[in-house]
Amino acid sequence: MQRLARNKLLTFAVVLVAIQVILALGAPLFAPYDPMAQSVARRLRAPTELNWFGTDQLGRDVLTRILYGYRTSLIACLLAVGVALFAGGALGLVAAYYRGWLDRIIMRIMDVLFAFPVMLLAIGIIAVLGPHTYSAAAAIAVVYTPIFARLLRGPALVLCESEYVAGARAIGASDARIIFLHILPNLASVVLVQTSLLLSAAILVEASLSFLGLGTQPPTPSLGLMLSEGRNFLMLSPWSAIFAGFAILFLSFGFNLLGDALRDTLDPRLRGQP
Amino acid sequence: MNRVLLARLIDLVFVLFGVSIIVFLMIRLIPGDAVAIMLGANTEITPERMAELNRRVGLDRPIVEQYLLWAGAALRGDFGTSLWTGRPVAGEILLHLWPTLELTFLALLVGAVLAVPVGCLMAQTRGGAADVAMRVTAIAGLTIPSFWLGIVLILLLASWAPGFASLGYVPFSEDPVGNLQRMTLPAIALALPILANLSRLVRSAMLDALGQDYVRTARAKGLAERKVVYKHALRNALIPFLTSVGIMTGYLLGGAIVVEQVFAIPGLGRLILGAIAERNYPLIQATILVVTAGFVMVNFLVDLLYIVVDPRVRA
Repeated sequence: MQRLARNKLLTFAVVLVAIQVILALGAPLFAPYDPMAQSVARRLRAPTELNWFGTDQLGRDVLTRILYGYRTSLIACLLAVGVALFAGGALGLVAAYYRGWLDRIIMRIMDVLFAFPVMLLAIGIIAVLGPHTYSAAAAIAVVYTPIFARLLRGPALVLCESEYVAGARAIGASDARIIFLHILPNLASVVLVQTSLLLSAAILVEASLSFLGLGTQPPTPSLGLMLSEGRNFLMLSPWSAIFAGFAILFLSFGFNLLGDALRDTLDPRLRGQP
Repeated sequence: MNRVLLARLIDLVFVLFGVSIIVFLMIRLIPGDAVAIMLGANTEITPERMAELNRRVGLDRPIVEQYLLWAGAALRGDFGTSLWTGRPVAGEILLHLWPTLELTFLALLVGAVLAVPVGCLMAQTRGGAADVAMRVTAIAGLTIPSFWLGIVLILLLASWAPGFASLGYVPFSEDPVGNLQRMTLPAIALALPILANLSRLVRSAMLDALGQDYVRTARAKGLAERKVVYKHALRNALIPFLTSVGIMTGYLLGGAIVVEQVFAIPGLGRLILGAIAERNYPLIQATILVVTAGFVMVNFLVDLLYIVVDPRVRA
């Protein structure tokens, strides 16, 4: 019964994420209006049949801008988490496989990066790169690299000691072959779960940075930016801020639920852990 | 015991050293000549002016010497002067530190205190539909953008209780009631993700503890279920909780920066965002360094507490 409920949860999460990803990537197809089209006559409208989510302070359709905002957010976060996974994963595997001084140096650097509060390191990186969607993505990538490095190093260390890796080495397999063919596939489920959870967190960080004016810049549609712009017209027309917030919540929620449900399904030993 | 302590201390010094190097290098990595950018805002750039400012900031020396000078001064609490106001950076940080610390502390208090009963409740209703519902609720709490929650809370309160002052900041020493009143909403907005996170942690730690032999023994000798849960199981479940609280402070400090913007609180968030807008690099550098060092120290203290609470770590 519980297994069934969990698989239902996983199905629900997959559907939730899939719908949002499709909406995000297909924004130009689904959006009813041009995200940049302004209309002074129709600004700050409440939801109507024409504008389901109302209009913003420049008369732009909120639903359209949310769909495009999804796209900006999702692309930036996929990019950021992808880079972090690649860089952190490579560092963690190399550290575990070669051990010794290389391991020590890599993990020490990761410890230092990990010591920064996430938002603060991200703000520092953006101070260097200048505010932009890609700066926010780069900042998130740097911030999450040590997390993947730590995540992969632990289990990889155990795998390196295993008999089948010793066996592969004995028949003369190259280091690269052992890492990619014998170690990496065994880490797939850990990676999948963590990637999903970090995507959820990255969406919140990207939205926060854009909200602070450090990420995506106007007039590019961005969920965080819509919130900070809508905030100025809260008493007149809260629609843009409210719907943008829900969009961030659903996107982040979807990935988090997916990660959680995946963990239960893929690794029964971890069932019920936070 | 002493060896563990020594190892932690060495780790601490190393991490602080690494953090300082990264913060120092950050500013050197800025594309283009930072000095030209600093000058460019309000004066004409001449080679003499460039050289003068270079000397003043110390950019004409070798990089290792620059670092040693900067780090040495920072250790004495001297972070240089703000590029635009000419006031000491340390003073500016102190001025903005208090509201952020207060907000962080209150949010941690709300989140951590509520997480224990909520987590215990979640652990006791394990399995079935209620369990799934609680998990989904916890994840929703975890992924609510706190700055959005802040905005929604302001909106709701404005229609329910228009007289409630929810924006701005007054020091606690001047007006304790006004201070706490204005801190209520931001603290709740910031605390919710913490509450969700920590209560999930308490839940799993409790489930772990409830399955242990000593709990069965406690039950077998006829103790009341309340006593078994809260006295025997909870005490052991709180150990991982402690570590998480340390890590949470990092999230809280970052989250506070964002939530402060929503509630117009003049804390470190306003300071660092202002500094970025006017490219006030010494101020950015010092704020990141001070807050990160504080975060590292908090985690160090949590580690020490961990050694005290859990005798097994000493071995």
